[in-house]
Amino acid sequence: MATVELRFSAQPEHVRTARLVAAAVARRAGVDEAVLDEVRLAVGEACTRAVGLHRSNGISAPVRVALTEEEKSFSIEVGDEVPGSGGGAAGSVPGVRSTTGPGAGPAEAETDTEADGEDEMGLAVISGLVDDVEVVTGASGGTIRMSWPTTPAPVSS
Amino acid sequence: MDLSLSTRNVSGPGGDRTVVEVGGEIDVYTAPKLREQLVELVNDGSYHLVVDMEGVDFLDSTGLGVLVGGLKRVRAHEGSLRLVCNQERILKIFRITGLTKVFPIHTSVDEAVNATD
Repeated sequence: MATVELRFSAQPEHVRTARLVAAAVARRAGVDEAVLDEVRLAVGEACTRAVGLHRSNGISAPVRVALTEEEKSFSIEVGDEVPGSGGGAAGSVPGVRSTTGPGAGPAEAETDTEADGEDEMGLAVISGLVDDVEVVTGASGGTIRMSWPTTPAPVSS
Repeated sequence: MDLSLSTRNVSGPGGDRTVVEVGGEIDVYTAPKLREQLVELVNDGSYHLVVDMEGVDFLDSTGLGVLVGGLKRVRAHEGSLRLVCNQERILKIFRITGLTKVFPIHTSVDEAVNATD
């Protein structure tokens, strides 16, 4: 189960809220201070992409952000509900693993070219920032999964 | 934090320059305001812009897109768009996207205004 889960309506003004929450939870989880800027930027990019996809596809469902504290890492999943949203763009960005989930047909991966370009810019920033990133495309939507190592909190005696 | 914008005209050796001082966060919500400002300046005939980013706390790909759009507009009028930035976390975004090769990035407004190359 996610440590903190966030759902927000696909409006640009809420992306900042997602960044703030993600950075706060990441700090608590033990992500290095020096890396928090990267977490903030990467989650912002992923949410911006999801908001754009929802809006351009007329989807009223919220964007999902799951923040999970694991034993030695902290992971963030940003999910959209646009079928086939991840594959096309992700495949062309070096450093991003692209996985096609069950039921994602190639015909569904078409988006208009302008939105596509901004998509790739966001993904390019994410892949430049985050070592561990995966874009999953499924029939019910896409997910960008990112993770960062954590350092355990010092034990106070 | 929201986005703050202010502009002023400065004359340099290469002619008049318009300095756009940007503060706060440039993201998907606030970037349209910056885009409007740049479009307005170009429409009013300011083709040599210096965007001072020293007060920017956050910049994402949407903001980069707006700056690239601004550059495209001024270039259509033989103009220029120079950036002023010393903040490592902002510079990093220009580096990972390869945009350091596209924008002249200066360490001070004076340096940008006086640049003639």
